[in-house]
Amino acid sequence: MDRYDFKIPIGPQHPALKEPESFLLTMHGEKISSMTVRLGYNHRGIEKACELQTYIQDMYLIERVCGICSHSHATCFIQAVEEIAGLQVPKRALYIRTLVAELERVHSHLLWLGVAGHEIGFDTLLMYSWRDREVVMDILAMLTGNRVNYSVNTIGGVRRDITAEHIPQILKAIDTLEERTKYYIQIATEETTIIKRLSGVGMLSYDDGVHLGAVGPTARASGIDRDVRRDDPYASYEDVKFAVITDKHCDVYGRAVVRVLELMESYKIIRQILANLPDGPIAVKAPRKIPAGEALSRYEAPRGEDVHYVKANGTDKPERVKVRAPTLANVQVVAHMLKDRYLADMPIVIAAIDPCFSCTDRLISVTDAGKGTKNTMTWPQLHSYSIEWHRKSGIDFSELNKKFKVPGN
Amino acid sequence: MIRPGRMIKQVLQSLFKKPATSLYPFVKTAMPDKFRGRLKYYPERCIGCMLCMKDCPSDAIVIKKIGDKKYQAEINLARCIYCAQCVDSCPKDALEATKEFELAKFSRENLKVVCNEETCRSSETKT
Repeated sequence: MDRYDFKIPIGPQHPALKEPESFLLTMHGEKISSMTVRLGYNHRGIEKACELQTYIQDMYLIERVCGICSHSHATCFIQAVEEIAGLQVPKRALYIRTLVAELERVHSHLLWLGVAGHEIGFDTLLMYSWRDREVVMDILAMLTGNRVNYSVNTIGGVRRDITAEHIPQILKAIDTLEERTKYYIQIATEETTIIKRLSGVGMLSYDDGVHLGAVGPTARASGIDRDVRRDDPYASYEDVKFAVITDKHCDVYGRAVVRVLELMESYKIIRQILANLPDGPIAVKAPRKIPAGEALSRYEAPRGEDVHYVKANGTDKPERVKVRAPTLANVQVVAHMLKDRYLADMPIVIAAIDPCFSCTDRLISVTDAGKGTKNTMTWPQLHSYSIEWHRKSGIDFSELNKKFKVPGN
Repeated sequence: MIRPGRMIKQVLQSLFKKPATSLYPFVKTAMPDKFRGRLKYYPERCIGCMLCMKDCPSDAIVIKKIGDKKYQAEINLARCIYCAQCVDSCPKDALEATKEFELAKFSRENLKVVCNEETCRSSETKT
């Protein structure tokens, strides 16, 4: 620390952030020398709440982990439950799930394009991309009933069927969106404002991306060729042909290019699904009690790989549910991308991973910038800390501990 | 060709177009057919199996027996998350999700709706 070093807290409430999250920046002049991310301002205890409710109720709770990619979390959870229960989901249900998933990706990427435009002061792009996003939102509302939180999944299938009248409407909307996306690709590759502002900002090399475990479009923009849809196909991705978009720019510009090109792949997938939609039932009857077992489910959400772990104990309630949202994998990458960069790049670099902090807030880890000491506790430490904390407020557990022979006392 | 102002043509064209927004609440958009709005309860169909209560993720619905084979539903619109799982769970189609979505009230008490044979019939005649 010299006289030019100082610390700037950004967040939890800050105009540049859309959700409450705290970033403590250690600055050297105008440059960021280190950054500490403090998660936990959106912690809602969803994982614990899942253990207290039945699987059917959890489906709606898990859906509310994230507002933008609600279908991703719901499907990921349901896949794990179905695997434990050994349910054979009908093909038509899988196709409908994939269709909603891709429509969700379209709406999420168009939303991101607008947010990115807004963060660099290009609000014209925000207005137009969000206007076009309404087209896909209307389609989602038509198919599922709601614009967000579609609630289209149920254990063993889907709740809402597609009728023959829907298909031409979806295809028409996809044609409109494809035309608009081509226009955005043209804008992204020809507009000086975007190219100059985004090029070279938030650099993440291939090696660093692999080392820090980047996922989704953030990783693919650094040339990491990873996509769960192709590598470990779920739902009906085995039956559709699409390309995994990667880019060699390694910066925020590359991430923008990957996302707009992924939109085109999504339209391709939607068209294939609608053309090959199989007939048959949309759901199988699921038991209320799920047999004991555990499963890990992977899903390529619009932001990257989403992982859910479910442990069942034979009752109608899960024993443990763990959610690893894609932003959690990417949030450490931000700290690396911002190192030795200017403060003014911070909003767009954070926005470039398409963060969803309410998804991410599953755990709290506190790290001191500079010192590098982690403020994490082991189980015995936490135990003795809680005893000490209660003793200070006048409650003594030492007699109880002797009675129940608690280790460490 | 890389140059600034690539969107200017679009912006100027928009000057002569109708706005993309609509004048809500004066102009109302029709809700989609599958929309999950306020619940409607048919007391004459209810058999009191309480499956809706069991499956509700937010404890928004309570079914009570008020007489011989007569039931009433107490729906808390503030707690309801409008997932319509109760509609799916009901074996007798006694619950239905309507397209009604403008549910704001001035007090929390007004959001608790009691639905039995008398109140449901009277609300039907009103609307």
